[in-house]
Amino acid sequence: MSTQLPVLKAKDFESDQDVRWCPGCGDYSILAQMKKMLPSMGVPREKIVFISGIGCSSRFPYYMNTYGIHSIHGRAPALATGLKSVRPDLMVWVITGDGDGLSIGGNHLMHVIRRNLDINIILFNNRIYGLTKGQYSPTSPLGKVTKSTPMGAIDNPLHPLSIAIGCEASFVARSIDTHIKHLEATLQRAAEHRGTSFVEVYQNCNIFNDGAWEYTKDKQTKAENTIELEHGKPLIFGAKRDKGIRLNGLEPEVVELGKGVTEDDLLFHDEKAAEPSLAYLLSRMRHEDGFPEPIGVFRAIETPRYDEELNKQVAAARAKRGEGDLNALFNSGETWTVS
Amino acid sequence: MSTTTEGQTASTKQTIVLEGATVRLAGDSGDGMQLAGTQLTGTSAQVGNDIATFPDFPAEIRAPRGTLAGVSGFQVHFSSQEIFTPGDSLNCLIAMNPAALKTNLADLDSGGALIVNQDAFDKKDLEKAGYATNPLEDDSLEGYNLFKVPMTKLTRGAVEGLGLSVKEADRCRNFFAMGLIYWLYGRDSSPTLRFIEEKFGGKPDVAEANRKALNAGWNYGETTEAFVSHYEVAPAKLPAGKYKNMMGNTALAWGLIAAAKVSGKDLFYGTYPITPASDILHELSRHKNFGVRTVQAEDEIAAMCTVIGAAFAGSMAVTGSSGPGIALKGEAMGLGMILELPMIIINVQRGGPSTGLPTKTEQSDLLQVLFGRNGESPIPIIAARSPGDCFDVAIEAWRIATRFMTPVILLSDGYIANGSEPWLIPDADAIPRIEVSHPGPLNDGEAFLPYARNERLARPWAIPGTEGLMHRVGGLEKQDKTGNVSYDPENHQHMTDVRAQKVANIADDVPLQEVTGPASGDLLVLSWGGTYGANTTAVKKCQKMGLSVAHAHLRYLNPLPKNLGEILDRYKKVLVPELNMGQLRMLIRARYLKDAIGYNKVQGKPFTVAELVGKIQETIG
Repeated sequence: MSTQLPVLKAKDFESDQDVRWCPGCGDYSILAQMKKMLPSMGVPREKIVFISGIGCSSRFPYYMNTYGIHSIHGRAPALATGLKSVRPDLMVWVITGDGDGLSIGGNHLMHVIRRNLDINIILFNNRIYGLTKGQYSPTSPLGKVTKSTPMGAIDNPLHPLSIAIGCEASFVARSIDTHIKHLEATLQRAAEHRGTSFVEVYQNCNIFNDGAWEYTKDKQTKAENTIELEHGKPLIFGAKRDKGIRLNGLEPEVVELGKGVTEDDLLFHDEKAAEPSLAYLLSRMRHEDGFPEPIGVFRAIETPRYDEELNKQVAAARAKRGEGDLNALFNSGETWTVS
Repeated sequence: MSTTTEGQTASTKQTIVLEGATVRLAGDSGDGMQLAGTQLTGTSAQVGNDIATFPDFPAEIRAPRGTLAGVSGFQVHFSSQEIFTPGDSLNCLIAMNPAALKTNLADLDSGGALIVNQDAFDKKDLEKAGYATNPLEDDSLEGYNLFKVPMTKLTRGAVEGLGLSVKEADRCRNFFAMGLIYWLYGRDSSPTLRFIEEKFGGKPDVAEANRKALNAGWNYGETTEAFVSHYEVAPAKLPAGKYKNMMGNTALAWGLIAAAKVSGKDLFYGTYPITPASDILHELSRHKNFGVRTVQAEDEIAAMCTVIGAAFAGSMAVTGSSGPGIALKGEAMGLGMILELPMIIINVQRGGPSTGLPTKTEQSDLLQVLFGRNGESPIPIIAARSPGDCFDVAIEAWRIATRFMTPVILLSDGYIANGSEPWLIPDADAIPRIEVSHPGPLNDGEAFLPYARNERLARPWAIPGTEGLMHRVGGLEKQDKTGNVSYDPENHQHMTDVRAQKVANIADDVPLQEVTGPASGDLLVLSWGGTYGANTTAVKKCQKMGLSVAHAHLRYLNPLPKNLGEILDRYKKVLVPELNMGQLRMLIRARYLKDAIGYNKVQGKPFTVAELVGKIQETIG
């Protein structure tokens, strides 16, 4: 038997099921980049599990030729916790959306992140409920007019990365469905990270919320409206790379380079900072407040992983007390004999 | 050290031999009554008595001291005969304060021994218990054999010189009470002395104080003139073998560990703390060297979902909860059902509805677990009948789950979960193996059919890591054999039928229902779950009275045993006593068109034997 792993191609990860997202949906690109990226990880298909909840994005596992569970609304992180706890050898992906992950499944998302379970979570954020045909979602902006909010949404939106960082996430990143190279690289970083990797993908729903992220995609505006994070590099953006982010006290501000401002004055990105404050600050930079929105890896630190710790305890108990013996257990404590 | 390691047993006073006795220790929830009751149980088991216990405590950890709401009790029935219940009424009540007296006195037999801590009957505590006058000083307790014992004073005296604060000294009062009871019923105190050493060994002054209080209690009985005689309860004639005292939740945990072992699986237990199921988690988390992995999830829903994830991954996956938690798990249980993965869902029932009576017992979740999911969602159900039986039922649940690739619901209740009885220690090597198989790898190109079925209609349990078996499962209706998503009308009908038939097939795989008593006659008592002991005792009594009555106690509630319909037809009447408003009775009526008669009680308490005997007599007429 050959011990060499077969070299896989993107096509090897394609299941026999027809993809049934609406034509033009951003999900297609995420699926394509995932299939393109996975062969580089060198993990056999049978060692990969995709778990999802409910929603358009959650159909994802059906289209991957790996093991998969299309579970119930919001609960994929909890299924992943059970699965990874008993099988730390598997590579586990959770596919979720803004409604699935942040509304009905918010509690599970928070807890799986704080556990730092060694899984990868991809949250497809389209700022709308697509599968139920167009109600506002927890990431829809204030005032958003939808079928369920004809006079505008009055809930403050949630910001996925701020939440993940608040839950002590060890890996937080953002990408955009149409930035295919960036997306593929981001997925790869997530896959390589040990611990919970949380990736928000700006994903366009061309049926119910078309153009929600257009300011980050449009050729004319994307360089002004996004900023690509690189570890150890200053935060520079703009078509002419003539603008940057500087810290003014605890607040970020947009500055123009030149005119007395040099690169050294800018905020330098440190994805390995132990304190999450800077990553959080970056997650708060929003288009509507006049900031470019960061994409790339916000934070990537090494902290203990739940699945490893759990299995370490089992190993430690076995090393200390020996493999469990039923007869010894049954006869432990006070006993008496009837003859 | 002045103490001995051996317990005291020899008394110079007159000994009266009893068949058995029922004793309840009652006090404030901080008075250590549960500990005292547990110790009395252990030492009675050591004597060789048959035992049955009934702890009864409030949901509040420390309700305001001295109040009626804060009373905690522990009842022990020990006997030289085989017994099945913790006893209907009390031969002896120990009341540590006025509130304990007030809430428990009604259960004491007239003429029964009433031992009170006289020191606790001060004006303030009498008022808290709602006594206008001190019952120890009027004639209201005339009908009982009252012993006024200044326990607080005597305990403080016993531990004097050890440098304990008054508060610490008073904490030893339960050991004083124990010592006195041990003297009264001829119990050996050495198991309790061993317990003190184990539990308080690290605090020598506390250990010594408890030893002194225990001995002081014993000596008080022996020396004071108030107690003229004491009792002896001979060992019971239990089947030969080695025993230990077993609580239901511990038995359940051990049964799960054993089931994992005999099926070659590691046990995964995903759960959320809830009364009265949490002790299963506590017990399992102590046994990681058996490969047990416990996850305390963020909520009940998550707990159920971790179990599905672990089951998909190939583990023996189990969750435990109680009614409110099961309500939250409903949707995920439906997913487990349609995924057709083996797993166990334990419901340790408590008083409902809603938060209900968390620490009290009830059997009112039968219809919930049978029907409490959306869609046609059949899941097999089995129920434990006694503390020790929880062990066997856990193994049986896993056997069914793996043979039929299905979640199995295991019903217990607060009464058997916290109650205890002697458990004949099994030989682990004699527990039948549970064969579990997973399909092996397939070469590329060969189609794997995750929803192909065997003769029992069970599908294959293909686990991640197996080459060529990559497949996707989900909550959407799936095509026969391939498991692919399907909205085809005929297919949905077919899959619904198959899932129902698969569960129905379990009836062919489990023992036929047995009946104790005449094969036909005036009355069949049909019961299930934790009422086994009371019903068994009541039916035996009625049979001795010459009544034509038989008893069938159900373990399998879904599917019901194949021969049940035929059994019901052999009796003129069928009586279904339940600690709910008639849930099994509704099923029996619907399924067999049998005009079953209900006997129903929802008071947070088990049936007494007397209640059942009365109902049986009345029903036969």
